[in-house]
Amino acid sequence: MLQDASPLVQLKKAGVKRDGEWLVRGVDLCVRKGEIVTLIGPNGSGKSTTTKMALGVLKPDEGHLEKRDNLVVGYVPQQLRIDWTLPLSVERFMSLTSKLSQTEKIEALQSTSTAHLLNSEIRHLSGGEFQRVLLARAIARKPDLLVLDEPVQGVDFSGEIALYDLIKSIRDDLACGILLVSHDLHMVMAATDQVICLNGHVCCHGTPSAVASSETYKAMFGERASGLALYEHKHDHTHLEDGRVLHTDGSITDHCHSDDGHHHDHTHKHGNDTEKGN
Amino acid sequence: MLDDFFVRALVAGIGIALVAGPLGCFIVWRRLSYFGDTLSHAALLGVVLALVLEINITLAVFAVSAIISIVMIALQKRSQISSDALLGLLSHSALALGLLALSFLTWMQVDLMGLLIGDVLSVSKPDIAIIYLGGAAVLAILIAIWRPLFAATVNYELAKAEGQNPDRVNIIFMLLMAMVIAIALKIIGVLLITAMLIIPAAAARRLSAGPEQMAVFASIIGMLSVVMGLYGSLEYDLPSGPAIVVASLGFFLISLLPIAILFKSKKNISKMLGGAK
Repeated sequence: MLQDASPLVQLKKAGVKRDGEWLVRGVDLCVRKGEIVTLIGPNGSGKSTTTKMALGVLKPDEGHLEKRDNLVVGYVPQQLRIDWTLPLSVERFMSLTSKLSQTEKIEALQSTSTAHLLNSEIRHLSGGEFQRVLLARAIARKPDLLVLDEPVQGVDFSGEIALYDLIKSIRDDLACGILLVSHDLHMVMAATDQVICLNGHVCCHGTPSAVASSETYKAMFGERASGLALYEHKHDHTHLEDGRVLHTDGSITDHCHSDDGHHHDHTHKHGNDTEKGN
Repeated sequence: MLDDFFVRALVAGIGIALVAGPLGCFIVWRRLSYFGDTLSHAALLGVVLALVLEINITLAVFAVSAIISIVMIALQKRSQISSDALLGLLSHSALALGLLALSFLTWMQVDLMGLLIGDVLSVSKPDIAIIYLGGAAVLAILIAIWRPLFAATVNYELAKAEGQNPDRVNIIFMLLMAMVIAIALKIIGVLLITAMLIIPAAAARRLSAGPEQMAVFASIIGMLSVVMGLYGSLEYDLPSGPAIVVASLGFFLISLLPIAILFKSKKNISKMLGGAK
């Protein structure tokens, strides 16, 4: 995919201090058009803080944020509680921050398979449904930059893969930049262009395979963490740069045999997913 | 027509209820009723200020409420302090300070009861002009900032991330609240202004399927409460503020009945009709 070189959003040596302690500091992060950047890191490593800095919700106490002018942002927060006192249907929720036609709302909901929920009250949705409605609302804005804070929370494994496929197709359709926060240290979605691994600072970054083979990543996540796996539906393993084979469950072997690792069978079909855009 | 004190009271009360409805919805959604209490109790200090400086009461009350709301926004930013206890402390301290300050004004005749629970007899034609001009301004501004304000109510961070400027609309909202308190003071009284804001909104909740609908219903319920309360006040010689609040409480209790679900949407009504055939 052709990538627009100028960044949509960029953090330069940014950090946030609370009560004299740095939650995170020295973060360099850059999202370009058509690019998927995944932020990973353990709990309390500053993923959410970094995301909020990139969104302009938190002002960095050091370093700074550069944002392209008139950047349209779609944000899927980690959690959102709707108070009982607030009557709010999915339809009204869709136009929370932008004026949308009925068609635009339905199209966006269709892309996350939630069009049937249009007239439901938000409070009555299940966790997974609400997650998909949140995503539909964010993409209905046709954002230049889509920010997803742990979108696969509470979604099961096959749902997770379906969601990652959806995110990839959103990137392909809207040609937007995507900043994705993941709670999972050992798995990132296959279409990720760049992984940034945080632990109070950027401990390593680069392409998924570069991060997987980096010494800091291995040192940080211990002996058991054999590496970084990719969520993929076509291939149940990835060939690492050093010639070894990385399986979806995170195990690494020297050669690929069908009985290596745990091969998850994904019965769902992906019509046109032939690794375009990578 | 406006020469009759009762008509003046009705016109003034309806004007206030119209504005209080949508504003009250935001107070309920944002859990700001204690905040509203604090502001309205502080209005007493505004009255004292007006009497001492001999300036317009509405203006002075607005100024004092506005300053206090800005101070409270600043306190709220340092999230640890904005506890329930702090608001309770501020609210009742403001009331006590206002009452003390009033008691110092021994050379002046102050209708304390009227300030606390409202006085319909006191509504003048200029008061009505202030209520309608001020109220129209409040409604116009509220409509203009509706989408960003609502987005900021649902989720501050989301609104901020998507360029809705929640900090600005939050401040504007607080100023609108100060303004409504200033114009409602005379009829409802400082003790019950918050009730006038939140009870119609709470009564509208169960009847509404969407936020905009809830705002309209809150206005309608508020206006009906004013009419009923004032007629009750005239008929049985009741204090006007409490009478209006009790009338809106009646609407709230009615909204709890299961029949309320009928009003929720046309679909339900047609479903019920279809079922009856």
